[in-house]
Amino acid sequence: MNSKKMLIVSHAPFWHDGSGIPERSYHTIIAALPAAFVGIAYYGAPALGVISLAVASAILWELLLNYAGKRPITVGNGNAALIGLLTAMVLPASAPWWLVLIGTFLAIIIGIQIFGGIGANPFNPVALAIAILMVSYKSHLDFDTALVNFTLDFPSTTDPLAALKAFGPAAVEDLNPVDLFMGRQVGGLGSSCGLALALGGIYLMLRGIIRWEISIAFIAGVFISAMLFNMADPVRYAPPMFHLLTGYTLIGAFFLATESSSSPVNFIPMLVYGALGGVMAVLIRNIGVYVDGVIFAILLINLINPLVDKIRPKAIGKVA
Amino acid sequence: MRKRSFFGLSGPRFNYELATAAVGDPVAIPIPETVTLYIKQELKRTSSILKVGTPVKTGQRLVLDEGSEICTISSVTGTICAIAPFLADYGRAWTAVSIKTEGKDTADTEFAGASEPPSLDTLNRYLAACPGEPNIGPLMDERNPVHTIVITGGNSDLLIDTSLYVLKNNADAVNSGIEILRKTTGIEEIVIVVPEESVQNYSGHLDARIQAVSSRYPYAQPLMVLHHLTGRLPDERGMAPMGVCLIRAEAVAAIGQAFSTGRLPVEKTITVIDKNGVKHLARARVGTPVGNLLKTFGVEINDRDKIIFGGPMTGSAIFSEDLPIGPDTDAILVQDKSVIPLYSDYPCINCGDCVRICPANVPVNMLVRFLEAGQYADGADLYDLYACIECGLCSYVCSSRIPIYQYIKLAKYELDRIISAEEMNEQ
Repeated sequence: MNSKKMLIVSHAPFWHDGSGIPERSYHTIIAALPAAFVGIAYYGAPALGVISLAVASAILWELLLNYAGKRPITVGNGNAALIGLLTAMVLPASAPWWLVLIGTFLAIIIGIQIFGGIGANPFNPVALAIAILMVSYKSHLDFDTALVNFTLDFPSTTDPLAALKAFGPAAVEDLNPVDLFMGRQVGGLGSSCGLALALGGIYLMLRGIIRWEISIAFIAGVFISAMLFNMADPVRYAPPMFHLLTGYTLIGAFFLATESSSSPVNFIPMLVYGALGGVMAVLIRNIGVYVDGVIFAILLINLINPLVDKIRPKAIGKVA
Repeated sequence: MRKRSFFGLSGPRFNYELATAAVGDPVAIPIPETVTLYIKQELKRTSSILKVGTPVKTGQRLVLDEGSEICTISSVTGTICAIAPFLADYGRAWTAVSIKTEGKDTADTEFAGASEPPSLDTLNRYLAACPGEPNIGPLMDERNPVHTIVITGGNSDLLIDTSLYVLKNNADAVNSGIEILRKTTGIEEIVIVVPEESVQNYSGHLDARIQAVSSRYPYAQPLMVLHHLTGRLPDERGMAPMGVCLIRAEAVAAIGQAFSTGRLPVEKTITVIDKNGVKHLARARVGTPVGNLLKTFGVEINDRDKIIFGGPMTGSAIFSEDLPIGPDTDAILVQDKSVIPLYSDYPCINCGDCVRICPANVPVNMLVRFLEAGQYADGADLYDLYACIECGLCSYVCSSRIPIYQYIKLAKYELDRIISAEEMNEQ
């Protein structure tokens, strides 16, 4: 009964919708690029340098770990490149080369590879790396100090969130939300232009690559909690639009909180996760000691992800 | 093969084929030179009855040993030319009997003598291997009495036309089959499940309660039908304690036909789907090699193509075009090597596409982590392995291309083995 033709056999199903990890990574990179380009346009060659070094070093760190661990080479799936790009986008344009290398080392190796590679990371690798950098190298992540040598044509030459923390809402009340939305503010090189980030985020949501529930809940969490603070005491707390358009809020909502392996997949957990992230970010900004709370808020919600994801619809056919 | 749409917010939607006028009459496939039939029993020693050179007639009941319950029905007249062990899916050991055909058909008369009056024993003895493969065993199980017979009229997978074609064109045979089933089993509650779009074609014409199900995939999968009717799914003890017996419409038609003509039906209706997705309906003797059907429709098979028994979501790939069509083969799907999707060994990235598409609310992302690690019992206890209705949609959308459906089938198979071994120990 042996035929000469060699047929391929496999288990059902015999169709696949064609999605894959490389597609997801590369489309996320495409969605993030407009915001990165805005950073290059404002800060020039230093921003380009940080982005290039971060992407290149992230890929090399992963390659190194692939070789060291004698594991299949996984850099082709674009995940390392994406993490490098996002790490660069939250750094200031003046970040020195060693800071970028440490940042991508922390993101790729401490954030992902030691847990077993893609899909195994309990925390968003970029948020983890930046959190460690923020507590370790305060002055390099303080945008006022870091960007002091840049001549910027912005309405305010200081970090709006730092000004808010130091002097209260009166110091930032003349900032125009449209300027903030267009990225005319001091901040991370790719995380200040709300327009570009929102365009990228909407693209990803429409493609089904990120889960819209998380982003929308995160933004709603920031907006509602900031509004409540503002209503309670407008003299001490800034209005919600200000919180929405400054700092890492939008890059957090669209690119960091939505990272798949550290976020929940069921409907209600996604809403809880996103909303809690937004609320935590505003809490840290308004009553915490840190200037921007988004990074820590994302790490905190990464922690509760396994727990909230237990809230799920009952499987069919179960009697108990 | 349907690809993911550009906008990925909504999941894919698949619909079963409906019985339309576009489905032409089946092409009759000529009787092949040799047919191969399976007796679903291990070939332990040389059979005393079946030997190479034994002449057989069309419709003759073939058993390995005197008094054996497991049989096959010869679909042709000729002489046995080979008897060999055959290893089927899931490690089942069967016996393959090859028959060299003669030019003419001579009908066997044994069934004609035994068919009156119809009884459950006759059904089990002669019709368990007829086209559609009715599962008579549960009806005879006295410890777990069956209270409902469910006839699945809808097609068993995407692209397939077979089942609804048979139901539409053999209403009389189906009706007499229902009558026989009612008479022999004493079960009054017989339900026939059809797609909701075509309910009006059947209600009033068939002597059973008509139950409509959505024609959207996977609502006509056997387990989904079971859930639709009973609100429950079988657990690790299987379907027996549920008191429901599923039978395909084609099997009911075969039963009806057998008792009204006094001859056992030996032809199977098959949908052949070629590489371009063009469908052909064929009627062939059970046991005809797949290659004969493909040749009739001009389907050329090259190295590294894939031939599938059944549909694209739940079928099973076969390794040779010499393999015969069985009484349960509803369709043959041929895929060119350029369109075969490959699985990968990537880990789950927790994108959640499977969770959102799962019609049974199984937390596939968690389940697959346990199954990959071989922790089947934990997967069943914590993450609803037995709620899976085996539709394959999770593997279809998986970005990591994990063979999730295969893991689930493997887990159920392994747990089944453990449970049967435990039962054996207790006895």
